[in-house]
Amino acid sequence: MNCQPAAPARECPLLALRAGKKLVSLKGELNKEEGMSGVRVLVGTRKGAFVLTSDGKRERWDVSGPHFGGWEIYHVKGSPVDPNRLYASQSSGWFGQLIQRSNDGGKTWEPVDNKFVYDGVPGTHQWYDGTPHPWEFKRVWHLEPSLTDPDTVYAGVEDAALFRSTDGGQSWHELPGLRGHGSGPRWQPGAGGMCLHTILLDPSDPERIFIAISAAGAFRTDDGGKTWRPINRGLKSQYIPDPNAEVGHCVHRIAMHRSRPGVLFMQKHWDVMRSDDAGDSWHEVSGNLPTDFGFVIDVHAHEPETIYVVPIKSDSEHYPLEGKLRVYRSRTGGHEWEALSKGLPERDCYVNVLRDAMAIDSLDSCGVYFGTTGGQVYASADAGDNWRPIVRDLPAVVSVEVQTLP
Amino acid sequence: MIRVVLPHHLRTLAHIVGEVKLVVEGRATQRSVLDALEARYPTLRGTIRDHVTQQRRAFVRFFACEEDLSHEPPDAPLPGAVALGAEPFFVVGAIAGG
Repeated sequence: MNCQPAAPARECPLLALRAGKKLVSLKGELNKEEGMSGVRVLVGTRKGAFVLTSDGKRERWDVSGPHFGGWEIYHVKGSPVDPNRLYASQSSGWFGQLIQRSNDGGKTWEPVDNKFVYDGVPGTHQWYDGTPHPWEFKRVWHLEPSLTDPDTVYAGVEDAALFRSTDGGQSWHELPGLRGHGSGPRWQPGAGGMCLHTILLDPSDPERIFIAISAAGAFRTDDGGKTWRPINRGLKSQYIPDPNAEVGHCVHRIAMHRSRPGVLFMQKHWDVMRSDDAGDSWHEVSGNLPTDFGFVIDVHAHEPETIYVVPIKSDSEHYPLEGKLRVYRSRTGGHEWEALSKGLPERDCYVNVLRDAMAIDSLDSCGVYFGTTGGQVYASADAGDNWRPIVRDLPAVVSVEVQTLP
Repeated sequence: MIRVVLPHHLRTLAHIVGEVKLVVEGRATQRSVLDALEARYPTLRGTIRDHVTQQRRAFVRFFACEEDLSHEPPDAPLPGAVALGAEPFFVVGAIAGG
């Protein structure tokens, strides 16, 4: 860079760096000089939450935690419009559900409302044996803060339902149109419970939300949550007698790129799927994956056709093939996949990567993160080409989110 | 004055050190003690008994005077020693899990 000595600091990153000011390049993009931008990785585990922070290089990490030690932390996520506003789902089999909120990026927390009451008469869904079973609240699996308001946050819960708070978590109200969809009595739990685990907010249409439930399938609202419809056409599940079943599919995760909210990628129980019409129809893109069972799926921050999965051997053996932990990347929106293994265990690795345990940062060199049931959190600062463990010995990791900080 | 001993996780959650001492209006029962406890520490609502049904959570037990009171009716009087503050009312997390 050719910086003239007389140039004003705001136009010269090097001078700005010396002046200790926030760096903004001439193109207005965040500069990636060390200390000038960074990431905060929010990790939920079986025994507490951890916050991992680094600068833009993502080489050295500070680890704080456990927060809420001894409690299960299913999910921690920050507001896109106020990165210091975090929400955490804290629960235990003994003492139930709590929601914690932070206004300082996870340094301090305060409990907010934990009352999740289904709207009206809860009704029944199917139990494992096919008999009717009353809806019972168990826990919050996923918290999805609004794209525009830090006080609005959605909660996906078990038994499956969608709740919303518009006062920063001080009160929660169900969006009953989802559970009230006529198919509700035919939903049934997957092995992990009947959970609403995925919430995708359409950045181009505030009225459109996608959700996914194990094992009911994917649903979409186009009116802000008043009414919902299943979007499962094209999904095939061998355990469902009716190949055209409207619901009953065990969807593990759905991901989208912000620039193309009509294109969805799904990791189903088996099969990696894609939709180009906002879920109206799906087709399989498993291609050359060595196994298409898995839990996580995510999309590159800057390349909408680049997607990531972690293949798991099978539904009865939840660990990588041949003891080799590998992320698979497709740069073609599916079908053609490459194994990413540099820095990942090449032998004797029998961990799982759960459905909410992968995240992508939005730095120019896209960072990819995932956590394992063995307590490792791996990071790649180069879109998956090379991996390093940030931490190796946490409790089993349930969820991973990342915030890209200015 | 009623003395209540809470398990570690609930003390941490509510920032409580040691025993809780509560003034309970009227007869000392499970319900009146828990009502007073939750009124002083609203964070504990939903952690000991269900928000709506007010039923004891399945893995929470109540003990006092070396007796398991978990299955006593919520409006049954607590032992006199608890009502007088000579013995504490224990809220215990069941021994289960890992």
